[in-house]
Amino acid sequence: MTNMTEVYRPIGGRLLTRHFYFLAVLVLIGAYFTLRRFIFGIGDVSNLSDGFPWGIWITYDVVSGTAIACGGYAMALLVYIFNRGQFHAMIRVALLASAFGYTLAGASILVDVGRYWQLYNVFLPQYMNLNSVMLEVALCVTLYTLVLWIEFSPAILEAMRAKRALRFVRHALFFFIGLGILLPTMHQSSLGSLLIIAGHKVHPLWQTPIIPLLFLITAIAMGYGIVVFESLYAAVNLGRRLETDLLSRIGAIIPWLLSVYLIIRLGELAISGDSVYLWQPGLEPWLFITEIALFLYAIWILFDAKKRQRPTQLFWSALAVVLAGTLYRFDAFLIAYNPGPGWHYFPAVGEMMITLAIIAFEVMAYLFFVKKTPILAADS
Amino acid sequence: MNTNRRDFLKVALAGAATALTTNTAQARPPKDLPPDAVGILYDATLCIGCKACEVGCKNANAMPTITDPALEQAKDVHAIWDASSDLDSRNLNKIKAFAQGTAAVKDREQDGYSFIKRACMHCVDPDCISACPVSALTKDPLTGIVGYNPDACIGCRYCQLACPFNIPKFEFDKPFPKIVKCEMCRHLQAQGEIPACCAACPTGASLFGRVSDLLQEGQRRLNLPPGTYQDYPLHRLDSGQQRSAEVRGYHPHLYGETETGGTQYLLLAGVPFENLGLPALGPESSAQLSETIQHTLYQGLAAPTLLLGGLVYTVYRRTEAERHADDVEERRHD
Ligand code: SF4
Ligand code: SF4
Ligand code: SF4
Repeated sequence: MTNMTEVYRPIGGRLLTRHFYFLAVLVLIGAYFTLRRFIFGIGDVSNLSDGFPWGIWITYDVVSGTAIACGGYAMALLVYIFNRGQFHAMIRVALLASAFGYTLAGASILVDVGRYWQLYNVFLPQYMNLNSVMLEVALCVTLYTLVLWIEFSPAILEAMRAKRALRFVRHALFFFIGLGILLPTMHQSSLGSLLIIAGHKVHPLWQTPIIPLLFLITAIAMGYGIVVFESLYAAVNLGRRLETDLLSRIGAIIPWLLSVYLIIRLGELAISGDSVYLWQPGLEPWLFITEIALFLYAIWILFDAKKRQRPTQLFWSALAVVLAGTLYRFDAFLIAYNPGPGWHYFPAVGEMMITLAIIAFEVMAYLFFVKKTPILAADS
Repeated sequence: MNTNRRDFLKVALAGAATALTTNTAQARPPKDLPPDAVGILYDATLCIGCKACEVGCKNANAMPTITDPALEQAKDVHAIWDASSDLDSRNLNKIKAFAQGTAAVKDREQDGYSFIKRACMHCVDPDCISACPVSALTKDPLTGIVGYNPDACIGCRYCQLACPFNIPKFEFDKPFPKIVKCEMCRHLQAQGEIPACCAACPTGASLFGRVSDLLQEGQRRLNLPPGTYQDYPLHRLDSGQQRSAEVRGYHPHLYGETETGGTQYLLLAGVPFENLGLPALGPESSAQLSETIQHTLYQGLAAPTLLLGGLVYTVYRRTEAERHADDVEERRHD
């Protein structure tokens, strides 16, 4: 199935561009606030409160960040489960972005949890609570981050010319690829299940017992979206050849996923009767409509074989999928979350700077890897 | 693309089917109240808002007094009252007042006011315990007290998200923070004493006892004729001490009898509980739903293990050529 003439090459080029320095400054600012957080406490840099115990660190870095990092998962599904070998060459760069997304989600958990020095308790059997959705998420995400690096390791080993290790990894890889499909299926749905126990605090337009399914479908759609988005971005900014045909074929999968998602989500609202909340005053119905509009826009463009052949259309619709999925998560976890009267949340500067630094670091690492190690398939 | 579409639809349908069977699958049964569970009955119609319970609580739990410098300067006093206005990481127990209209008459819904006491409800089926990944929150099998173990806690604050009453509080201002919540003075109870708030309360508004007895007492009070004088026990239900007071009329609901699967902290008031900031909750805890869904999907790791087997096998077959080609290539290079 796989095209064995596939060759990966570092794309080379100067690493220390002005862009790169700008990102480094963001990382430094974030490091300053991170330091403050560890010296003076979480309240010193964030607006988190007893009413809003989770802010953008969880909602963006972990819940949305790992969904955006589902490119590796989505491509593995396509290539290995649905046997689409023609996309094989795109897996490596997708895995790289996933490995970084997950690793940095892990890093922001270290910043977010209050008692980080005891974090290893989640691995100790005497403490594990098997009823806790959080335990499942914690274990699954940690394990998957490791699996991602193992899946990605051939690229590093090739760069190091470690032949023996490379052969060993290649022979065991099928197991990790399988595991690497199972784990995100589990935790991307569980990230949604986290909210079930919050009961009435989550707005009825988002609170539903089928939230795990909705989170899973959107995570996969976001995975394909980000692969398309990243490839187009690399084409424009790193001078890569535009692979519109391949990308539009990936794009063509998205509207099917989103349609299933919309049917299930709207159907459940209608059946449960929670659709009445659409007609109530306030911000929530508008947030809901914005999400749906973004999803519909992506469906409209990507169902059209002509439109999705155009790189600009493809770019915007892929971005819309990622944005819609992120907004869905923000609405459910933060914006439409209501712990009761008197509680408000808007992220503090320090909080935002830490999150920005994490994103900046991700981009820097991505640039380093694609320029210095064999990640991107060589343009023929 | 056609096979792709079909494959994806199949996956989606399988997922939907799994989710839908959740409803028909065996739900996790509700938790039972331990027979000797202890609790507190708070009767807002008896409460005079003196806050002796708050002072008792702070002393018993070595919590700092919170002062309001501006207010103290204005009144020219120093540290004579605790100025915190709500539960937080320095207040485990709080008396709050709610007023309506002119607030002329106590315990009346229109143009009246009422006190309410807030603290951990010690739920029979606590969402916080179901949520905590590291079992830092546990329910005592005998007393039913929901306690906290900082040595286990990782500070993820999922318990705060889960608790329907927003009870667990977190020390956001400390570099080495803890979760803080009422533990019903379990350290005093271990020495045969009662919770400090009930010991301090001069009116019997905070009453300690066995939950099964307190439930009966609560029902008895709901049936008392308003305007008559009745004996109300002080401190603990079976203390033998009592006080005669006028029955002011109750809103006909014993809060905590059924809410979120029942609570060991029970509330009585003259006005509806929604007016006192308490959420309207159904008889099932969110923990029950959350655990039912999670365990239905996972079937105790059986489902993931099966799926993993299928996935690994499929991938193994699909990568056969890759592994083989690799060997050939290696040999060529060696
Ligand atoms: S009131 Fe909240 S903190 Fe207390 S036992 Fe119930 S869920 Fe836990
Ligand atoms: S903050 Fe501590 S007690 Fe609360 S859920 Fe997390 S680990 Fe458990
Ligand atoms: S001590 Fe008793 S009467 Fe005084 S505020 Fe507390 S509950 Fe009310």
